[in-house]
Amino acid sequence: MLESLIEILQLIFSVSFILTVVTASTPLLLAASGELVVERAGVLNLGVEGMMIVGAACGFAGAYMSGSVFVGALCGILAGAALAAIFGILTLGLAVNQVATGLALTILGVGLSGLIGARFVGEKIVPAARLDLPFLTGMPVVGRILFGEDAFVYVSMALMIAIWLFLYRTRAGLVLRAVGDNHASAHALGYPVLRIRMLAVLFGGACAGLAGAYLPLAYTPFFIPGMTSGRGWIALALVVFASWRPGRLVVGAYLFGAVSILGLALQPLRLGVPQQLMNMLPYLATVVVLVLISRTRGTAGSAAPASLGMVFVPDR
Amino acid sequence: MKKWNIVAMAAVLAVAAGTFGGVYAAEKLKVGFIYVGPIGDLGWSYQHDVGRKAMENALGDKVETTFLENVPEGADAERAIEQLARTGHKLIFTTSFGFMDATLKVANKYPNVFFEHATGFKRANNMSTYAARFYEGRYIQGQIAAKMSKTGVLGYIVSFPIPEVISNINATMLGAQSVNPNMKVKIIWVNSWFDPGKEADAAKALIDQGADVLTQHTDSPAATQIAEQRGIHSFGESSDMIKFGPHAQLTADTDYWGDYYTKRAQAVLDGKWKSEDTWGGLDSGMVVMAPYTNMPDDVKKMAMDTQAAIKSGTLHPFKCPITDQDGKTVECKGGTHLDPGQILSMNFYVKGIDDKIPGK
Amino acid sequence: MQLVLERRAERSTVIAVASPLIAVALTVVTFAVLFAIMGKNPIDALSVYFIEPLTDAFTLQEIAVKATPLVMIAVGLSLCYIANVWNIGAEGQFLVGAVCGSWLAVRTNGTDAGYWVLPVMLLLGALGGALYGLIPAICRVYFGASEILTSLMLVYVANLGMDYMVRGPWRDPQGLNFPTTAAFDPVASVPTLFEGAGRLHAGSVIALIIVMLVTVLLGRTIMGFEIRLVGAAPKAARFSGFSANRLVLFTFAVSGALAGLAGIIEVAGPIGHLDPGVASGYGFTAIIVAFLGRLNPVGILIAGLFLALTFIGGEGAQISMKVPLDLTKVFQGILLFYVLACDSLIVYRIRLVRTVRKAIPAHA
Repeated sequence: MLESLIEILQLIFSVSFILTVVTASTPLLLAASGELVVERAGVLNLGVEGMMIVGAACGFAGAYMSGSVFVGALCGILAGAALAAIFGILTLGLAVNQVATGLALTILGVGLSGLIGARFVGEKIVPAARLDLPFLTGMPVVGRILFGEDAFVYVSMALMIAIWLFLYRTRAGLVLRAVGDNHASAHALGYPVLRIRMLAVLFGGACAGLAGAYLPLAYTPFFIPGMTSGRGWIALALVVFASWRPGRLVVGAYLFGAVSILGLALQPLRLGVPQQLMNMLPYLATVVVLVLISRTRGTAGSAAPASLGMVFVPDR
Repeated sequence: MKKWNIVAMAAVLAVAAGTFGGVYAAEKLKVGFIYVGPIGDLGWSYQHDVGRKAMENALGDKVETTFLENVPEGADAERAIEQLARTGHKLIFTTSFGFMDATLKVANKYPNVFFEHATGFKRANNMSTYAARFYEGRYIQGQIAAKMSKTGVLGYIVSFPIPEVISNINATMLGAQSVNPNMKVKIIWVNSWFDPGKEADAAKALIDQGADVLTQHTDSPAATQIAEQRGIHSFGESSDMIKFGPHAQLTADTDYWGDYYTKRAQAVLDGKWKSEDTWGGLDSGMVVMAPYTNMPDDVKKMAMDTQAAIKSGTLHPFKCPITDQDGKTVECKGGTHLDPGQILSMNFYVKGIDDKIPGK
Repeated sequence: MQLVLERRAERSTVIAVASPLIAVALTVVTFAVLFAIMGKNPIDALSVYFIEPLTDAFTLQEIAVKATPLVMIAVGLSLCYIANVWNIGAEGQFLVGAVCGSWLAVRTNGTDAGYWVLPVMLLLGALGGALYGLIPAICRVYFGASEILTSLMLVYVANLGMDYMVRGPWRDPQGLNFPTTAAFDPVASVPTLFEGAGRLHAGSVIALIIVMLVTVLLGRTIMGFEIRLVGAAPKAARFSGFSANRLVLFTFAVSGALAGLAGIIEVAGPIGHLDPGVASGYGFTAIIVAFLGRLNPVGILIAGLFLALTFIGGEGAQISMKVPLDLTKVFQGILLFYVLACDSLIVYRIRLVRTVRKAIPAHA
C-alpha cells in the first residue's frame, strides 16, 4: 500500500507527467476561456463541442494545404467564429432559445467537420514546434515545463491573463459583466446589450475553434473525425466548476486534465480501482463542486451571472 | 445418342444457369460491407476497406461494392445489414464482433444471402466467420521488442479486455520472454478502439513509467506518433503506420483481407460458397508484417526467421507448456500447442505479466 | 437603418401554423443546394432521403422502431422544457433505465421465469430513470445548482457505470469474455407485432399511449396547467401558490421515468441484450425532437417520425448514392435552426427602422 502511494507521488511529481497534463489541459483551457466570457455576458452556448470540432477539421485542412501551423490555427479560429456567428444571429438576432440552438450547433458542427475533414483523413503534417530557448529550456525540472511548450500552450496562458485583465480591470469588461448580470438595467443605461453579447459569442467561437485546432495541429498531428471526443462538454462543465472566474478556471482545467491522465496512468500501478470509476471522477467532481458552490451563495440560487441563458429583446 | 447427350447437357446447363447464374451471371455481384468505424481510422476499418478495394480490382466488372461506415453496434446495425440484404447485395461482410447477433438475425431472415462475420463465433448455413491470427504477428513483435528495449519494459495500449486482445498480449509476451525471460509489460486500457487523444495520453504515461517500446491494440496512429516524438520505438497496428513514425516504427502486423474477400466473392460467383470458419495467419497472407525497419540486421534476421518458422508451422506462439500468471500449467488441448478454441476464449494472462485482467 | 426584433402584440397564428412547413421547405431547398454542390442530383437525393423510406413496409416499420425511443424521451423532456426546467441528461436516464431493467433480465436468464418478467423490467426501467432524473432536480431545488450541467455530467457517469457492469459483473458467461450480457430470454423481451415480418414492436404502442396520456395531462389536469403556467409566467404561478420546486421534481421524475422506460424497451426489444453499444445518443437527439415538435406531444410524435425518416433515408443514401452519414447530421442541425428561427417569428416580428440618434443631453 505504501509502495503504491510512493509510486503515485513519484508519478505525479515527475516532469513528464506535468508536461502531459499541461498539454492535455490546454484545449480545455482554451475552449473554457472563451465560453467563460460568453457566459459572463449572459449567453449560454452549449455548442462548444461543435465549434471545437469544426475548428479541428478546418484547422487541419488549413495547415495541410498551406504547410503552416499558424495558417491552420487561423482557419480553426475563423471556423469556430463562423459557427458562433450562426448561433449569435439566431439567439441574439431572433431571440431563439439558447439551449436548443446550442445543441443544434453541436450536431451541425459534428456533421460539418466530418464532411470537411473527410478528404484529409490519413494525411499528416509537421506538428507545431516547441519552444527551445538556449539556456532556459535546458533548466532542470522547470525548464521544459515553462520554456519548452508549443505556442498554443503559451497562448492559452496569455489568454487567461488577458481575460482576467479585461473582465476585472477594464471598463469594457465591467460593462460585459453588467450585461450578464442584469441585461435590463444595462440596456436602460444605454449599453448595446446585443452587440456586446454578439462580440462575446464570436470571441467564444474563436477560442473554441482554436482549442479544436490544437488537437490535430499539436496534440496528435493528424485528423480523424470525432477527435475532440467530448472535450467541448468538459469545457462547459469547467466554466461552472470555476464559478465563472478566470483564476479558478485555470486550476479547474489543469485538474480535469490531470484526473483524466491519471485515469490512464494509474492503471499499470494496479490499484484495483476499475478504470471506469477513475474516468467518472471529473464528472462526479463537477457535480459535487456545482452543489457546493451553489450552496454557499445562499438560497438565492446559483453563482452564475443572473441573466445567463435568458432571452433579451430590447424594448424601444 | 450423341445428339441427345448434347441436348441433355444443354438442358442441364440451361437449368444450372437459371438456378445459379440467373441472378449472378447477368448482373454484377453486389457485395456489401459494414464497418464499425470510419474508413479514415487508418486502422481496423481502413484495412477492411483496403481489402474491399483489392477485391474490386481483382474481380473488376463482376462485382459492385457498397460500404456503410460508422455503423454503431446497437439496434441500428441490424437495420443497416438488412438494408444491404434488401437492396440486392448477395454477399455481406460485417466487420466487427459487436455485429454478431445482428448478422445472425438477418442471416436467418434472408437464407439466399451470404453473410461473413469477422472475429465472431456464431455461424449459420449462410453465415461464415473469419478472423486473422494476429497473435502470430504479435509473437514476432514480442521478440523484436525484447531485443530492442533497453529498459526491458514494453508499453501496451489496449482497448477492451476481450479474448482477442488478451491472447495478443500473451503472444507478445511469450515472444518477448523467448528472448528475455525478464521482460516486463505495462498495460493501459483506453476503453475504446479509437480515441487518438487518449491513446496519445496513454502512450505518454507508459513512456513516463519506463516503457521504451510501445505497442497497441487500438486503431489510431497516435501512439506511433508519440513514440516518434519521444525518440523511442513502436509497433504499428492493423495498418502500416510508418508514415507517422518513420524512425519509430519497427514493424506492424497488418491485416490483409483482400485475398480472402476476393476468394469469397469468387466463390459466390461460382456458386460454391459454403459456410466456413476461416482463421488465416501469416501462412495464408491474412496477416502481413510491415517491412522491418529501424533495427539492426541481426534483429531483422531473427524476426524473419521466426516469421518463416511460424509460417511453415514449425513454431507456434502458444506452444505448450504454458503457465498462467498464478503458476498453474494450462491444459494443452491441441497436442503440442493450445487449440484454437482456447485461444479464442483466452481469459488469463501468462506468467510474467504483472497485471490483472480488468473485470475478473 | 437597422433590423430590429419587435415583440408582437399577439402571437401570430398564421405563422404558428405555417412555421414548420416553411422550415421544412427551407431545409429542403438548402439541401438541394448542398447536394448540387456535392455533385449529386438533388431530386434523386431528396427522393432517397424522404420518399423511398415511405414506400416500403420494412422501412416504414424501421421508422417506427427508430422513432419510438425518440418520441418517448422527447415527450418527457417537453414537460420539463415547458416548465423552463432544462433536463439535458435524458441520455443518462435512458442508460440507467436500461441497466435497471436489464438487471432482472440477467438475474432470471436461463431460469424458467413467467410472463411477469417483462412488465417488472419495464417498471424497474422507469423507476431507475426517474430516480436518476431526480438527482439533478434535487441539486437544483435544494442547492440551487444548474440542472443543465448536473444532468449533463450525470450522462457521463451513467455511461461509464453501464460500461463497468457490462464488462464485469454482468458479462455473459458463455460469451467468451466479450462485453455483452447474454441474449435476453423471450419472457424478458419486448414482443414484435408482426411475427417475423418486421421489427415493429409493442414499444411503439406504449409510445403512442404515452403521447395520448401526456396530451391529456397537459391540457386537462391541474398539474398540466401548473407546468404551463410556471414556464410562461413564473411570478403568476408563485402568487397562485404553485410550488415551482415541486414541479421541478415532478417534471424531472417523469421525464427520467420516460427516458428510462425508453431505454429498457430499446434494450429488451430491438437490441435484445445489454452492451456498451446501447448508448447511441437517443437522449440528445430527443432534445431536438422535442423542439422540432414545439414541445407539444402530438407535434413531437410527428417530429419524431420525421427525424427517424431522415435517419433511415440517410442510411439509404449511404447505400445507393454513397452520400456520407455526416450529411444527415448536417441536415438535422440545419432543420432545427430553421424551425427555431421560424418559430421565433410567431412571437416577434422583424422590422427595418431608422436608427434613432440619441439626443445629446444638455450638460450643466
